[in-house]
Amino acid sequence: MAAHLTNGRVNLNILREAARKELREFLDKCAGSKAIVWDEYLTGPFGLIAQYSLLKEHEVEKMFTLKGGRLPPADVKNIIFFVRPRLELMDIIAENVFSDKSNSRDYHILFVPRRSMLCEQRLKEQGVLGSFTNIDEYILDLIPYDGDLLSMESEGAFRECYLENDQTTLYHTAKGLMTLQALYGTIPQIYGKGDCARHVANMMLRMKREFAGSQNQILPVFDTLLLLDRNVDLLTPLATQLTYEGLIDEIYGITNGYVKLPPEKFAQKKQGEGSKDLPTEPKKLQLNSAEELYAEIRDKNFNAVGAALSKKAKIISAAFEERHNAKTVGEIKQFVSQLPHMQAARSSLANHTSIAELIKDLTSKRSVQEHRNAFEADGFVFCPVASEAFFDNLTVEQEFMTGVDTDKVNTYIEDCISQKDPLIKVLRLMCMQSVCNNGLKQKVLDFYKREILQTYGYEHMLTLNNLEKTGLLKLQTNSRNNYPTIRKTLKLWMEDANEQTPNDISYVYSGYAPLSVRLTQVLARPGWRSIEEVLKMLPGPHFEERQQLPAGLHKKRQQGENRTTLVFFLGGVTYAEITALRFLSQMEDSGMEYIIATTKLINGSSWIKSLMDHPETQIP
Amino acid sequence: MYIMSVVYNRKVELYEMSWVLRDGLRDSLVAAAPYGGPIAVMKESQCLSPSVRPQLDIYTASGVTMATFPWKSGPVVQLGWSVSEELLCVQQDGTVLIYDLTGAFLRHFSMGQEVVQSHVSEAKIFHSPYGTGVAIVTGSSRFTLATNIDDLKLRRLPEVPGLQGAPSCWAVLNQDRQTKVLLANGPELYLLDNTCCTSVLPGGSPLDGVFVHIAVSFSYKYLALFTDTGHLWTGLANLQVRPAHSQVRPHPPPSVVVLWERLLLVVAVGGDTVQYPLDEACVCVGELDGVRLLSPSRHELLQEVPLVCEDIFKIASMGPGALLLEAHKEYQKSSQKADEYLREIKEQGMLGDAVRQCVEAAGHEQHTHTQKALLRAASFGKCFLTNLSPEAFVSVCRDLRVLNAVRDPSIGIPLTHTQYKQMTVQVLIDRLVYRRLYPLAIEVCRYLKTPEYQGVSRILRHWACSKVQQKGESDEVMVRCISGRLADSPGISYSHIASKAYDSGRTELAIKLLDYEARSGEQVPLLLKMRRSQLALSKAIESGDTDLVYTVVSYVKNEMNRGDFFMTLRNQPVALSLYRQFCKLQEQETLKDLYNQDDDHQELANYYVSASYREKVQANCYVSASYREKVQANYYVSASYREKVQANYYVSASYRERYWWLKLKSLAEKEEWEELEKFSKSKKSPVGYLPFVEVCMKKSNKYEAKKYVTKVTPEQRVRAHLTIEDVEGAADAAIERRSEAEIGTVISHCSSSSSSSQRLLLDKLQRALTTANRK
Repeated sequence: MAAHLTNGRVNLNILREAARKELREFLDKCAGSKAIVWDEYLTGPFGLIAQYSLLKEHEVEKMFTLKGGRLPPADVKNIIFFVRPRLELMDIIAENVFSDKSNSRDYHILFVPRRSMLCEQRLKEQGVLGSFTNIDEYILDLIPYDGDLLSMESEGAFRECYLENDQTTLYHTAKGLMTLQALYGTIPQIYGKGDCARHVANMMLRMKREFAGSQNQILPVFDTLLLLDRNVDLLTPLATQLTYEGLIDEIYGITNGYVKLPPEKFAQKKQGEGSKDLPTEPKKLQLNSAEELYAEIRDKNFNAVGAALSKKAKIISAAFEERHNAKTVGEIKQFVSQLPHMQAARSSLANHTSIAELIKDLTSKRSVQEHRNAFEADGFVFCPVASEAFFDNLTVEQEFMTGVDTDKVNTYIEDCISQKDPLIKVLRLMCMQSVCNNGLKQKVLDFYKREILQTYGYEHMLTLNNLEKTGLLKLQTNSRNNYPTIRKTLKLWMEDANEQTPNDISYVYSGYAPLSVRLTQVLARPGWRSIEEVLKMLPGPHFEERQQLPAGLHKKRQQGENRTTLVFFLGGVTYAEITALRFLSQMEDSGMEYIIATTKLINGSSWIKSLMDHPETQIP
Repeated sequence: MYIMSVVYNRKVELYEMSWVLRDGLRDSLVAAAPYGGPIAVMKESQCLSPSVRPQLDIYTASGVTMATFPWKSGPVVQLGWSVSEELLCVQQDGTVLIYDLTGAFLRHFSMGQEVVQSHVSEAKIFHSPYGTGVAIVTGSSRFTLATNIDDLKLRRLPEVPGLQGAPSCWAVLNQDRQTKVLLANGPELYLLDNTCCTSVLPGGSPLDGVFVHIAVSFSYKYLALFTDTGHLWTGLANLQVRPAHSQVRPHPPPSVVVLWERLLLVVAVGGDTVQYPLDEACVCVGELDGVRLLSPSRHELLQEVPLVCEDIFKIASMGPGALLLEAHKEYQKSSQKADEYLREIKEQGMLGDAVRQCVEAAGHEQHTHTQKALLRAASFGKCFLTNLSPEAFVSVCRDLRVLNAVRDPSIGIPLTHTQYKQMTVQVLIDRLVYRRLYPLAIEVCRYLKTPEYQGVSRILRHWACSKVQQKGESDEVMVRCISGRLADSPGISYSHIASKAYDSGRTELAIKLLDYEARSGEQVPLLLKMRRSQLALSKAIESGDTDLVYTVVSYVKNEMNRGDFFMTLRNQPVALSLYRQFCKLQEQETLKDLYNQDDDHQELANYYVSASYREKVQANCYVSASYREKVQANYYVSASYREKVQANYYVSASYRERYWWLKLKSLAEKEEWEELEKFSKSKKSPVGYLPFVEVCMKKSNKYEAKKYVTKVTPEQRVRAHLTIEDVEGAADAAIERRSEAEIGTVISHCSSSSSSSQRLLLDKLQRALTTANRK
């Protein structure tokens, strides 16, 4: 069930099991049949920990979404609220409890990830605190996402930390890292860059002092922890990811490990039936390393995916051909025993071929005719602009990243605004230009702002202000632009990026090597001392801390054994960055394996979106 | 009358009592806690003249005085000890007073209002899995129970039919996780539980006579009934006689100890009796594995001889352990008989058993020389074995070391090994701490290598807590003393100590102590309690726990006036930004005030922007449905109209490009192709003509699109041709431009088709490419 968590260097299933055990223990505390009322936000993250079947085993009979008014009828003994500690949710709970007339019920609250005195106080003010039999917390900080990936699935983390100066997520991060250390041993070395990183490290060291004495005697699994602020590297998420996984996320968005795709390509092709009854529900697919093929191709540059898929197709059809060679009963039996595996491989191949086609239609410059055929066959109106736009967009991005004309108003951005392209796309490019130019000149910035406000509406003033506060957009204050220095020192742009058989991390953006990953790479070898100058140009302090290990737990390293580093991105990480780190792990001479942890998996669009304000829809 | 399992009995002297009792134990209330606990002695009030206050004395099991004080409250009916060694004194009026080992008053509770009138006629203190309980019977023959004194819930049991005055005898039973009372009213037996009173009969042959005694075993498993005719019934606690087939060792049936003034009688199940004459009046204390006999001069343990000890020490025993012990004795005498004995054991293949027996028996022995002899024998036997795990040996040695230390008369906790195992080291350490034997407790922890967190640190915390409650020392000295002692021990909760100090009225000391607390989260609630909100706020921020910050902020908000509150926040940016978040969601108005105070014009502007948008939405909500639709209709004017309005605006603002874009997009949207053409000719397009081609193609109008291709600038022509799917045109344009890159693009576009014309074109392009290359 959780095979994808165990095949990595570090068995993250331990963490998942610990989380499941705690959930079971809580459910068993409430004897009898139960109904769970969900804070909708939590269902996704919980899905990564436990399926419905686990809840069912513990007598959970009904599930509802938390909303005002009366609870839906349910013939159960216990009502359990699974909520985040938010005041507005407490009010809803109070409303629910008041309107529920049956007296024989027990109410429980499970706060995720932490109980809050403030919320309990609110419940008390509402006069319902006494109605709850159990008020508990379910510490769900770091959720195992894949074999080498942990996420807190905290959507607003970046906004909270860098815009609102709300350090709640950082506190949870520190707590989560403490839990992790309780299970996987104390991490002896901590490096970090950025204000938030410093804050988290401080809290960790403080918590360690607090828990002193209850020290665990586990041999450390991680050798190093690297904490990186997202605002150290604002550039990377803005760029369009060009790996397979990255593109799926850019185009369709991966949420909690699932992606929803347009169903047309996945229609079961049955003979004799027209294309009339197409499925209308989006196709939902789970994407993780449990799927052999996906694990193989997700980290490839999209331009190399086609070749990989066709190679795989050949292998699979060759495997099916084997049946003709099977002569003896024994051989046939062996063939049949492999069938389920082969069929799974075939259907996974079919899925990914479809996905790849979908992406290709939107990204690559194919012959127009072909386009048309492909689309019209499915009854779709042909749209030649999509792929062109993608390419143009990419060209502009690459110009910015290589430092071409970043100090002038960019005509493409101007065109996009005139054409009223999606605002997020415009903002993404604009921010990128600002980041690559270490801020925009007053004239340029004002021009963009005016254009945006006049085209998209004045309500976006708030959004622009937010972008400025987080440093994504800024006014150039000193005339020196230090981005070129950073780019050159860290080799952020590689002219000859090899997309098919990569030899450098820059392949994930077809030329651009993510700054965050370069920092990680340099840290492993030759060390940050070699780039002191650049580090000083990036925001926030950089630091190194050591945590004393109990005697006898110092690892005796075998010859050639790799060290393990946990890289924690505070404020989100993109799939392409993860891919780049995976690439570093696989490099033969790196001697380092990376496990990635983050507050949330992001891409440029979801990131910018999280920073946008919509005054009309805000709850008064 | 007490029940214990007896096969062979032995009476071991534990201590010569060091106490001095004026009148022995006669006419006194005596309570001794199980597991070798302390002894409380108090003269019964009716034996004293009303003017004399009785004295309450607390002794260790060896008779050393721990506390003594005059009793100032009402007459006491019963004394008893709780599981955590607190002294419970049940008064006649139903009040239960609780004291600690040092005689300090802790708290009190009442057994119910009606008891005040009817008086407690008898009380019993009992232990159950839920903790320590109190059961009383009143003068009006009603029973009241409290199963756990730490979580007090009084239960009044139903009336017993026909019972006048006190029952002749009664006992508290623990069955099926329920506490019940078994009582005898003359010859009848009743079982009382929460809801009803049932008349019961003991199994087996009927008994005649009136029940005068009921005894329950330590584990609530066995029961003994004694009648005035001298009959003794024994059986299980559910009043069944034990079924015959289970009467096998190692679960021997229980024996009953009956105590008279000068005689102790041990009755085994078959009716065999052993008599012990006594020199002086005794008190019996039931234990897990025996009975302790307490007399004014000595303290003895009457115990079943454990099986292993019996096997070794029985006269003429040929058990392997006995032989091994003998072998070792001979060996010490350098006699060759040692070898003979060893051979004998080895021939039976019993050497492993022999060693095990000796080790186990050593644990059960009270005297150190016997322990040593047995352990030496075991160690001797071990030499001849290769694969025996030394664990048992080591752990028994360790246990004995601890047991011998606590059995010392100066400490006076006469635990047996069985009891020790049952009660666990943790509890033993607690008991040492209650007695303030901190050095010994720490020694034990260090010796047993208990993790610091559960061991030494916990002890030091207790020490510090009791220290801060002492009066007389200045805060400075106290803090220095405590921090000096506790400094290097991990996991000390200074906040706990500080709260103790605060409870005993030393606020300043508490604040000083809190400074040492590592967990700022722990400091905050106490600081708030002490009304040091500023300090609490900075500590909360230090902890990084935002919930804690919120808690303090909301507390401070209620405590201060608004101006001071805002000023406080201003000095704490973290708290301020959190409070802003809170206001954004809960109190918009406050937010405005906050920005105003800070002169934050940017945020204030943002606030007004979002507020005005919100009002718009709200306005829409409030207007009647039809009107709202109208408003919306006006607001969401049809696309083309809006574009026109915008277009006009843009033109006047001389945003020509945007105007062109908008117009051509709207025209294409409405498919007004003629208008579009007119528009294209109206002026030279500032956006070029490629957009015209693209908008036409968006509507799949190739025919119209073609019209504009020729107008496109040479640089964009290839792309324009490709957009209208005119590969040939694109090829020509590319060749004309002799641009390598553009030819490449065209090639990539036609490479996948396979018609003959396409192939020709491809050849042409390839050629052009090579010429372009050559140049």
